[in-house]
Amino acid sequence: MKHIAIGILGAATLGLMASAASAGTLDTVKAKGFIQCGVSTGLAGFSAPDDKGDWQGIDADFCRAVAAAVFGDGTKVKFTPLSAKERFTALQSGEVDILSRNTTWTINRDTALGLNFIGVTYYDGQGFMINAKKLPGVNSALQLSGAAVCVQSGTTTELNLADYFKANKMEYNPVVFEKLEEVNAAYDAGRCDVYTTDQSGLYGIRLTLGSPADHVVLPEIISKEPLGPAVRQGDDQWYHIVKWTYFALLDAEELGITKANVDEMKNSASPEIKRVLGQEADTKIGTDLGVSNDWVVNIVKATGNYGEMFDRNVGSGSPLKIARGINALWTKGGLQYAPPIR
Amino acid sequence: MASQEILREEPSRGSFVNDPRIRGLFFQTLVVIVLFGSVWWIVQNVIDNLQRLHIASGFGFLKGRAGFDISDTPIAYTSDSTYGRAIVVGLINTIIVAVAGIITATIIGFVIGIGRLSQNWLIQKICTVYVEIFRNIPPLLVIFFWYSGVLAVLPAPRDSYHLPFGSFLNQRGFYFPRAVWGEGSWLILVALIVGIAMAWFVARTARQRQMATGQQFPVFWTSAALIVGLPLLAYVLSGFPLSFDLPKQSTFNLTGGFQVKPEFLSLYLALSCYTAAFIAEIVRAGIRGVSKGQTEAAAALGLRSGSILRLVVVPQAMRIVIPPLTSQYLNLTKNSSLAIAIGYPDLTATAGTVLNQTGQAVEGVLIMMIAYLILSLVTSAVMNVVNARMALVER
Repeated sequence: MKHIAIGILGAATLGLMASAASAGTLDTVKAKGFIQCGVSTGLAGFSAPDDKGDWQGIDADFCRAVAAAVFGDGTKVKFTPLSAKERFTALQSGEVDILSRNTTWTINRDTALGLNFIGVTYYDGQGFMINAKKLPGVNSALQLSGAAVCVQSGTTTELNLADYFKANKMEYNPVVFEKLEEVNAAYDAGRCDVYTTDQSGLYGIRLTLGSPADHVVLPEIISKEPLGPAVRQGDDQWYHIVKWTYFALLDAEELGITKANVDEMKNSASPEIKRVLGQEADTKIGTDLGVSNDWVVNIVKATGNYGEMFDRNVGSGSPLKIARGINALWTKGGLQYAPPIR
Repeated sequence: MASQEILREEPSRGSFVNDPRIRGLFFQTLVVIVLFGSVWWIVQNVIDNLQRLHIASGFGFLKGRAGFDISDTPIAYTSDSTYGRAIVVGLINTIIVAVAGIITATIIGFVIGIGRLSQNWLIQKICTVYVEIFRNIPPLLVIFFWYSGVLAVLPAPRDSYHLPFGSFLNQRGFYFPRAVWGEGSWLILVALIVGIAMAWFVARTARQRQMATGQQFPVFWTSAALIVGLPLLAYVLSGFPLSFDLPKQSTFNLTGGFQVKPEFLSLYLALSCYTAAFIAEIVRAGIRGVSKGQTEAAAALGLRSGSILRLVVVPQAMRIVIPPLTSQYLNLTKNSSLAIAIGYPDLTATAGTVLNQTGQAVEGVLIMMIAYLILSLVTSAVMNVVNARMALVER
């Protein structure tokens, strides 16, 4: 029912709040004093509330980085948990300023839905997880014909699943839920044989199951799932601020600027580092973007660089222990590459 | 006449502004203009803003390829079907669960409602407890009770309960043999239709004869013999064309046979149990509403208690029962949208998925609203016809 409410709310806000939305998002955000950030309803490593109720994860931290760029303070963020179904309407209607919610970048979302994806904060792919104890003989997704598959509705996952089974001439029974927790509960209870979602998500979900060791993630990756934050179309300034926050996180890692050494780095001999950190004389890089000139310093102080964010939330410093893989910087054989800040 | 005309002229005397008729007209026109104006303004604003936000709009998206699968498909549907068809599948699923729920809820409701008026202490108390439990629990919890509390704790497919007639029960649902109709089986269907028609004819003639002569005829047994006997005869004559597809164990699930999924079962059982509690109270009120004199008069005529209930009390109670019963049917239909919580692909679920896959929020919500509106109006219309037939015909 909630998405209907949001749909109606969306229609109503689209109808009634025309003037509010047409002011620039940056001005609106500055006026209210915080960024409203759309996150998931709870996916370990990406966006999930910890035991104190604070949102943790790479998606939540990204919003903090944007807040740091805008306000110089990474805590000025309010989080709105959104189901897969609610997320786009919430962004379209102006309920959230950024959608940072493990959302796959697709052409349809970039065009027909009126969104602008700003980049890929996590390169993912869809996989399958099974209970190896109950299904000992299964070690490939191609053996899954006839299985009951749990999946979240309204996702690209749901579409890839249909395509994959069709392409391989296999049958399956979809068991579809709207909320992640419902899918988790159904899989844990044995309602379905297979759980499918992005592989990073599978590793996170596995930790929350009754006996994690029983479950294995099958080797097949059946799709490209570039996950990234999105903003509304038609506000270039806000789009650039969010996009360059992401690039700044990458450039900081590439230049070796970390949360610990950012203050020392300000006095670095390297002109590039000084330029990125806004220490160049009469620099206008930050103000041209619409933020202060020490925006990169603020970002790195709030969340660390991209590598630190990754390690803390999903990488070696987290329970998920996902390897950097293709999410490493381009200098280390990965896909993460940012244009220069100059 | 003359004096009346004078009276009617009288109020319009004096200023235009004080004329109540003109005033009334003025305010009614004003309300209509404001109403239509604000609706037009909202619609126009939505259209403007959708264009400004570069969101595609219109209903053209319904022709696009859906790309997702649906677990329960009463009509042919694959991921290659259109979004429009996906919504239709959801609508049919909603109708199936609503109709099945309405029938079951009515039966349970009548039994419990009459049971609450029973002289038997135990029956009366059991029925009271039933009503008080289900009436006071939110329907969503009843659904969860059936889904997580009853059906999810059933054994896994490998350890299914074996039931009679080759049926199985496990946490993936209830499996039973599916009838496979062979060549010549159309004869059975024809025989069934003929049987029903003849039974109806027999019932009518018997009633007319009873009205005319007072002689009774064993209508029930004759009808039963016709409806069961004729198809059976056709079955034998056409050379036993019926076979069964039995559910069998495969790698993951049981395959073959007919599967009723736990999502449908729990929604159906929950809606039936929940609404039955309300129907029971309506039935009780209806029966209580029939004056005691009617029962006593019928008894004085020598009718037995079963006949009194069937011929005198219930027909009169129905006049009181049907209007609130209609509301309960509408409630049940609308409550079926709670299916989303357990993943039954009803209208809300499939239209919601379409909404999300296409991003057409305004159109999606509009389709859902219109579909539920039409369903409710049709239900009301049917019940109004029933009500009109049951209503007291004054002579």
